[in-house]
Amino acid sequence: MQEEQVKLLGLWFSPFVRRVEWALKFKGIEYEYVEEDLTNKSSLLLTSNPVHKKVPVLLHNGNPIVESLVIIEYIDENWKQNPILPQDPHERAKARFWANFIEQKITEAMRTALVTQGEQQEKVVKELKEAMEVLEGEAAAKLNDKTLFFGGKNGLGYVDIVLGWICNWVEVIEEVGGFKVLDPQKQPHIHKWMANFVEVPLIKPTLLPKEKMVVCFQMVRQAHLGLAAKK
Amino acid sequence: MAEEVKLFGTWASPFSRRIEVALKLKGVQFEYIEENLSNKSPALLEYNPVHKKIPVLVHNGKPVAESLVILEYIDETWKHNPILPTDPYEKAIARFWAKYIDDKLWPAATKVLVSKGEEQKGVTEEIQEQLKTLESELKGKKFFGGESLGFVDIAANIIVFLLVAQEALGLMEILTEEQFPVLHEWYQRLVDDAVFKECVPPRERHLGFFKVRFGSSTASK
Repeated sequence: MQEEQVKLLGLWFSPFVRRVEWALKFKGIEYEYVEEDLTNKSSLLLTSNPVHKKVPVLLHNGNPIVESLVIIEYIDENWKQNPILPQDPHERAKARFWANFIEQKITEAMRTALVTQGEQQEKVVKELKEAMEVLEGEAAAKLNDKTLFFGGKNGLGYVDIVLGWICNWVEVIEEVGGFKVLDPQKQPHIHKWMANFVEVPLIKPTLLPKEKMVVCFQMVRQAHLGLAAKK
Repeated sequence: MAEEVKLFGTWASPFSRRIEVALKLKGVQFEYIEENLSNKSPALLEYNPVHKKIPVLVHNGKPVAESLVILEYIDETWKHNPILPTDPYEKAIARFWAKYIDDKLWPAATKVLVSKGEEQKGVTEEIQEQLKTLESELKGKKFFGGESLGFVDIAANIIVFLLVAQEALGLMEILTEEQFPVLHEWYQRLVDDAVFKECVPPRERHLGFFKVRFGSSTASK
């Protein structure tokens, strides 16, 4: 049997990388992790992702796959055990729809909120709150005492893996950015989902201490605000 | 069981037209509903409550929204004349490029129509860089999908819309044969394709649409 060679180029503080790790662990896939240095990107990273020069990059038997959502779908299609996406085309479409919603309305917005201030930040934070409301609605419709995750009766699924980063990152970004979006009163179902997600055996050991992340993201914010001030 | 397929769209939307291409490539009969975006139908609002946008595909009463999500749904539901490759790695590459088009080319294309002077020049250069990137991906192939048009070619319909817009607004032609020989040839092949050409907005009406919408806000200097 041909030995699978699976390598993941990543950064310890990247939520996009973490998602891919969760997908790999969920499937029980052995992989080699390579920590990249943003100030000194490896030639492997630059040749594997010449268009964006970013992590995560999954290398499977030397073939590079990039963009976290694309990588997760690749993992799901290449390794058939423990399916991440549902089988039914309509259910798959719904999962993809929500993954896109999370990316556009929450992930990208959080990134913007991290690196902006004043009116610009206020606008994004307002949009974030609206997006969380929509997500709360979906969580309320889908989750209950018997169905803890968006993956339904199979446990974790695509939407859980795509959304999961909020459990370890949002509080950090809120603290660094000086705003608040998470609210247990307004988003009880999301908060319940978060409490369950962090307890999942494959997830728990991957969570990082908040203090370490705060230091890192403070530097990111300062760097961006510094650049913006110079323009 | 009789299939009931409905497409909610608008005649000038590239996203809506993408779905038409896919359905026609697969020979799927569908009912087309033209939406008025300033007076959205209750049906649209019911089928896409989150975004309230077109296109929405409704298959036997079940809605699917977001154009690339719909394309994948169509490919998984009607398996003949595949739009995406079957090999997972090739599929990943196709998804990457479709995403690139939507994340990078589309925002730049809309920006170039509303910006002026130096800013417009900057965005035009950005688009040229993106087209260069797409050109090197295409090299040697008839279509991004290989021998026949596929997922990425359908997503790249944005380029057709951009070129019509540029012509309507008297902007500098961006997809020149000189600068992008491979892409230029691909473009001719795309717009000549029997199915694809049925799914572009009627030319004169489309030119008029851009003139009305963006005409006064641009100044090509």
